Amino acid sequence: MVTNKKIINDPRQVTSEMVDGLLLAYDGRVRKLDGFLALVKTTIPEGKVALLIGGGSGHEPLFHGFIGTNMADGAACGQVFAAPAPDIIHAAAKAVHRGKGVLFLYGNYAGDNMNFDMAVELAEEDGIDVRTVRVRDDVAAAPPDRLADRRGIAGDVYMIKIAGGAAAECKALDEVERIARKAEANVRSMAVAVSAGSIPETGKLTFELAADEIEIGMGAHGEAGVRREKLMTADTVTQRVVAELLADLPFSAGDEVALLINNLGATTMMEMLIVNRSVRAILAQAGIKVHRTDVGTYLTVQEMAGFSITLMRLDEELKHYLDLPAESIGYSRM
Amino acid sequence: MNNSVTLDALAVRNMLRSVAKHVLKNVDVLTDADLAIGDGDHGIGMRRGFEAALDSLDKIDTAESPELNTVKAAFEAVGSSIISHTGGAAGAVFGTLFRAGAKSIADVDRLDAAGFATFLEAGLAGVLKRGGVVPGQKTMVDALAPASIAVREHANGALNRALLLAADAALVGLEATRNMVATTGKARSLGQRSLGHVDPGAITIVLILSAMRDYCAEI
Repeated sequence: MVTNKKIINDPRQVTSEMVDGLLLAYDGRVRKLDGFLALVKTTIPEGKVALLIGGGSGHEPLFHGFIGTNMADGAACGQVFAAPAPDIIHAAAKAVHRGKGVLFLYGNYAGDNMNFDMAVELAEEDGIDVRTVRVRDDVAAAPPDRLADRRGIAGDVYMIKIAGGAAAECKALDEVERIARKAEANVRSMAVAVSAGSIPETGKLTFELAADEIEIGMGAHGEAGVRREKLMTADTVTQRVVAELLADLPFSAGDEVALLINNLGATTMMEMLIVNRSVRAILAQAGIKVHRTDVGTYLTVQEMAGFSITLMRLDEELKHYLDLPAESIGYSRM
Repeated sequence: MNNSVTLDALAVRNMLRSVAKHVLKNVDVLTDADLAIGDGDHGIGMRRGFEAALDSLDKIDTAESPELNTVKAAFEAVGSSIISHTGGAAGAVFGTLFRAGAKSIADVDRLDAAGFATFLEAGLAGVLKRGGVVPGQKTMVDALAPASIAVREHANGALNRALLLAADAALVGLEATRNMVATTGKARSLGQRSLGHVDPGAITIVLILSAMRDYCAEI
């Protein structure tokens, strides 16, 4: 089995050392809870609806890098690729709660669902009103009639952005939940990979892909995609991915969308921008208007090389929350 | 082999220590099995959980807290350690197995075959509910459910014999996962490509039950 080079210390300490480093990078805007791998905003106003996100580590800057202004109030961190335990989520929920309830927002994976659900039971025992929205944007994971089987990938970024904005402005948890659900119903993503990432503690690649192969529909932990094919040009692979996205929602002429192109870890910005160029040509031809573009590194899978494309269909309300200025380690835009 | 063996709280703690050590010895087996159909973190997840379980069992101070000197508290210590330290789906599922099982034998002073049958049934029910799975989906349930049935059928007999049957049934269940297509968890997206591989969680069930069997065979 191939092992990859990583610049780390003790492989068993990568998550806690990462969290320490992230905390320092927040320059005091975020604090760590004693005894838990959980980060929360230093200042959360009384009476604010709280947004708590979380998931396995190893995808930085997702999730714990998205705490900040008009973004999340806190994040529960699991070990690499493993959902956080219920006691971590519960502690974080208590720490961000300001009397108006907490929205749990995370990717739809069996482990996250179970652990967050256990935390809901614990938080409800404390009298905290908790709602749950699971992100299910990966169209490669299951056909449209099995939405519940779809995983959350880079659509998380726009979901956190919109829910974070709504939680900052809306007075009621009901309203924040409604807006998050609307956003979730309108977001679609798909990833492609040309090489694998590895879990630091095992040092092993999570799958193997030949030097001349590309996997279309790759999951965020190396879950198998829909097709494995010979490497193709940026224009060709982008055409394939965008066609799947457009057909799925479906998006149609006249729609306005937000477009996010995410680097899975080891792809160059040059390649990402070439992909962006291809996406725009296809969308223009389909009569779809791009309201906002983000090209960058938001959800990584360690050193996996590849990218994902996310499209979110926008109405005036979603545009409003998406366009609010945001500041965090992983996503900032004025 | 002593056919009338039953286990008091101290013996259950010792049995669970040997379970933890057995799983810890086999972390690489679990990692490799999970790399074949998952993301390869089952071994390290179980290592975190069972290391914490060992620590937690060692910290049970029965002089200081006599209420912890129970069969239930021993299983519960393992379950809570796994939930808090393994994380992920495996933490939730294996932790629930031990915690839901422990809850069902709150009144048991000495663990016998009938008590263990109750433990496995309640643990299995907890796992099915938490995981939203049924047998046949290529999960740890496919080793756990046959073990639970085997122990219930032998619930009036000796514990060591029941554990022998449980470990055998789990092993048969594990082998059966080789011919199942994963329909839940991260392996789900492999579809037909998951055929030919056993489920890593089912291996862990076999490790747990065979360590229990060996512990009881030696006393």
